[in-house]
Amino acid sequence: MKKFIDTTWRNIRRSPYQAIAAIIIMSLTFLVVSFFTFLLVGSSKVVSYFESKPQVTAFFKNEAKQSDINSLENKLKDTGKVSSVKFVSKKEALEIYRQQNKNDPLLLDLVTADILPSSLEISTFKIEDLSIISESLRSSPIVSEVIFQKDVVSTLTSWTSALRKIGMGAILVLSVVSIFIIATIIGIKISVKKGDIEIMRLIGATNWYIRWPFIFEGIFYGLVGSFIGWFVATASLLYATPFLSSFLRGIPILPVSPLFLLQLLGLELLMASILGAFSSFLAVLRFLKV
Amino acid sequence: MIKFHKVSKKFATGFSISDINLSVERKEFVFLVGPTGSGKTTIFRLLTREILPTEGAITVNDWDVVKLPKNKIPNLRKKVGVVFQDLKLLHDRTVFENVILPLEIDKKDPKFAAKRVDEVLSQVGLSDQKDKFPIQLSGGELQRVVIARALSLSPDILLADEPTGNLDSETAHSIVQKLLDINEKGTTVIMATHNLDIVKNLSKRVIGLDKGRLVRDDGKR
Repeated sequence: MKKFIDTTWRNIRRSPYQAIAAIIIMSLTFLVVSFFTFLLVGSSKVVSYFESKPQVTAFFKNEAKQSDINSLENKLKDTGKVSSVKFVSKKEALEIYRQQNKNDPLLLDLVTADILPSSLEISTFKIEDLSIISESLRSSPIVSEVIFQKDVVSTLTSWTSALRKIGMGAILVLSVVSIFIIATIIGIKISVKKGDIEIMRLIGATNWYIRWPFIFEGIFYGLVGSFIGWFVATASLLYATPFLSSFLRGIPILPVSPLFLLQLLGLELLMASILGAFSSFLAVLRFLKV
Repeated sequence: MIKFHKVSKKFATGFSISDINLSVERKEFVFLVGPTGSGKTTIFRLLTREILPTEGAITVNDWDVVKLPKNKIPNLRKKVGVVFQDLKLLHDRTVFENVILPLEIDKKDPKFAAKRVDEVLSQVGLSDQKDKFPIQLSGGELQRVVIARALSLSPDILLADEPTGNLDSETAHSIVQKLLDINEKGTTVIMATHNLDIVKNLSKRVIGLDKGRLVRDDGKR
């Protein structure tokens, strides 16, 4: 095994530009894999977050009286479809706003409790009851606006689905390109070393003795490329975490757990090894005929 | 040990050897002589299953070389060491790395392999050159590296194809002497040459070829 690895390393050192090309394409592939994984996992978590939150929010007009609000609240409870109703007063709305914008004093100065509406946050037992509740709220004269989070969830879900398709497509195309580039590079190396390979055969080398260093070379490109891709994506994510946290305020998906990042690295290294080995194997089958 | 029975080999350009019958016994030293193109190298290539005969049967160490499955060919080549006419050294590897290669291929223990390389390099008088690359060696030294590589796995048979080809007479004699020493230790040696001066001075069996046909086999003298 050590001998095969030594031979692989010698092959790589003797044609560094080809090695760099192979590593760059692998890095690019796994950079895209990492980014799309972050996006897909993140968006799935955002969807789950919205699904677990009160799904209809009704904002009241300024002139709405507390007694009317109470009566609407009771009416909703009486339907038997509502699992929880929470009244958020103007003061509480201001407190929430302050909490969310505590790092931005300029935004805090501009807003007072008067301009924020009071609201009701309503959750239902069944998702299909959301439409009925939402409609009855819209018909109430004291309600100015109804945010129906089912729309948010379904929009996010369709975005996530589109993202998944685009991601899978990009990963597939890049993987195929990587396979062909690495197979071509290994193929060139086999052609260049044809004389040496023939000598090895004549002094008793088996086919696998000749093949292994080339297979290891493909695996090496895969491992190094995927590590670089993962590292760049992870570093970018960590760098962007403060900005993303403030953008996704209140949605607890950041910071990403180190365990998840390590699991992703492990999975990518495994995928890259298989991809590299497969590419080399293609080259070996094509150029090292026995 | 080696038997050729009615062996012929035809290439696109015509017959290289035709209807060859010969046998070589264990521990024999045989000269295979003939002009260039007489078929000496073809016989060596047939013995290592580099090529297959058009007709006939070849036996080496009880192996039917013609019917030998492809996956057994490496085993045959480990038992038949070859000193190639064109040397076939790996130029990006040192003398040590070239000589140890058959031992690595045979998955020998690295310590044993390194010790064995030292032994064979000492046997051919190249102990002090082991870290040099082929390009740094003279013609005679290169021939000795190839002999050392062929000997590293202690083969039963050593085939030397024109090992004195481009060497001055003094170096050529020292190479032949090395081959004689190797034969003394029990290895069957077949040396192909067109240098009849070397053959005349030694009383060894001579097999002569001309235009692919066996024209002389004076047996053991």
